[in-house]
Amino acid sequence: MPHIKVDAEICKGCGLCVRACPKKILRLSPTVLNQKGYNPAECVDQSQCTACRSCALTCPDVAITVYKD
Amino acid sequence: MSQVVFTKTNMLTDAITHYCPGCGHGIVHRLVAESIEELGMNDRAVGISPVGCAVFAYRYFNCDNQVALHGRAPAVATGIKRVSPEAIVFTYQGDGDLASIGNAEVNHAAARGEKFVTILVNNGIYGMTGGQMAPTTLIGQKATTSPQGRSVERAGFPMKVAEMIATHEGVQFCERVAVNNTANILKAKKAIKKAFQNQVDGKGFNFIEVLSTCPTNWGLDAIESMKWVEEKMIPYYPLGVLKDKDQEAK
Amino acid sequence: MARVLMKGNEAIAEAAVAAGCRYFFGYPITPQNELPEYLSKRMFEVGGYFVQAESEVSAINMVYGAAGAGGRVMTSSSSPGVSLKQEGMSSIACAEIPAVVVNMMRGGPGLGSIQASQADYFQATRGGGHGDYRTLTYAPASIQEACDLMVRAFDKADEYRALCLILGDGMIGQMMEPVEIKASEVKKFDKSWAARGRGDRKHNSIINTLYITHEELTELNERLQAKYKVMEEKEVLVETYNLDSNPEYVLVAYGTVSRICKNGIAKLKEKGINVGMVRPITVWPFPKQAVLDAAKKASVKAMVTVEMSAGQLVEDVELSVKGVKPVELFSRLGALPPTPDEVADFVLALKGRK
Repeated sequence: MPHIKVDAEICKGCGLCVRACPKKILRLSPTVLNQKGYNPAECVDQSQCTACRSCALTCPDVAITVYKD
Repeated sequence: MSQVVFTKTNMLTDAITHYCPGCGHGIVHRLVAESIEELGMNDRAVGISPVGCAVFAYRYFNCDNQVALHGRAPAVATGIKRVSPEAIVFTYQGDGDLASIGNAEVNHAAARGEKFVTILVNNGIYGMTGGQMAPTTLIGQKATTSPQGRSVERAGFPMKVAEMIATHEGVQFCERVAVNNTANILKAKKAIKKAFQNQVDGKGFNFIEVLSTCPTNWGLDAIESMKWVEEKMIPYYPLGVLKDKDQEAK
Repeated sequence: MARVLMKGNEAIAEAAVAAGCRYFFGYPITPQNELPEYLSKRMFEVGGYFVQAESEVSAINMVYGAAGAGGRVMTSSSSPGVSLKQEGMSSIACAEIPAVVVNMMRGGPGLGSIQASQADYFQATRGGGHGDYRTLTYAPASIQEACDLMVRAFDKADEYRALCLILGDGMIGQMMEPVEIKASEVKKFDKSWAARGRGDRKHNSIINTLYITHEELTELNERLQAKYKVMEEKEVLVETYNLDSNPEYVLVAYGTVSRICKNGIAKLKEKGINVGMVRPITVWPFPKQAVLDAAKKASVKAMVTVEMSAGQLVEDVELSVKGVKPVELFSRLGALPPTPDEVADFVLALKGRK
């Protein structure tokens, strides 16, 4: 199954991946705060992920790893 | 076992950058680093860190590095390239560093046809020092030294750097790109990789201007900033190839 | 190489080549132009590189890059140009990379004139640019000595990973003298610290001048000061002249002026007045002990500083003499060297006054 992993400690919660995702399955976590005080991005529905990499390509902090299966 | 289709390149260190959330520098760092790694040049790479927000670039690029004084990176690169012609050298500079205080250095490196890559990250403002007006600040754009917005009467016109660099015969390749959306990021990657490929092939001066953002000093969030690049910057600083000797030869 | 008649600037350039220097970055300015002109031909004969930069600022930053990449590198200029180089010189000192800078001093301030002067003494001996640093600074009095010191400067720059300065005056650059440039084996130094591509190294080499935390900056400065202390202990070069003649006066002078002083001393001798001289060969580190030792001699009534500047060298003399004897100043301004008679007359006037 295609899916992504966000390194929550590296993420600065800028939201660029949320905008970039064509499936609109990313959001900034409403509950999690990382050590730097940011709300990191998270995927709410990995089953819809197509591993298109749009989120990772736009992430300024290279916090996202993308898996094809 | 999952097949990884995107992960961080080894040409970037594991250090978490000091850049503000949404700052385009991180994207440009990745594009430069991936280009070098894909060409197999990690062990030959020497970066030149500028003065400005990217001054700590030496902590993020996983290669040898020399930290230059404000604007002097192309001169430093010139010195390195003489001693070590086999090194793959790149300067990574902001618009204040390159277009203002370092205007002489970059233009003469271009005119000499120095065989290295210069990356200009143009976000139209001095980021590190707190948002002062740059040579690239747009007409009407507010900065801490143009609080009413840049006026032509007081500060003249924004400088089109890629166009200026492209006038030099010594330039092999010159393109302006942007990192405001995924499609443009992919184009930027292609341009940057071509610039490095040219250096590997021993071809002239290679210059890439990248339109980028400064959410903090623009007073916008990351997404609004990317929109601003598209709506305000790209119309004044059009994207595209300004010089490519490979095409001229055809 | 046989003994030949050469112009100072060209001889110094040839000495740099003999010292193994293969990279030169410079910008035209009188009275040092023959130096880059000579190297623009010579460097290519020996497989080196010459780049005429767009400015002195750019040239010194090319030197910074080349030095950081492990090259044996130099630049040359004259006073206004050396002022422009100071930002880069501060960086080279801070980054602890080896390089040699030649300053053929001309008259200042501002554009000044193109004649010989010594008015950059403070700039050369106090660091010159911003921050706490020093440059190991040699002040040759003849072209032969300039050539010998050139070789030494490159070796010391590598030994200490420091910036070395050759402080000539316009006359050293412009006059011709017989000179023998000795071809000796170029010493090898470990340059594994150089940033020129990682290669097989495990770690990245970073040439840096940014120390953003006060702890790091303190550590850097303490390391620099410790290095300068060793230089002060080990690198002082000085010539003493006529000090065993029970001199009434001891002149302190360097460079071309010291040779004029020797002629002045001969004229005073004819009048029955014994005068000695202490000539700093390194102006930084300054030969404090030699100056103090001379001042302490029972026969000495006063120390006399002779300089083509408005009282710069005299400060180091006073700091060295520590009030043991009076310190007099014969200062020549306007980039015109004094004559031996003028030096002698100055001493005679002192004697008459007492």
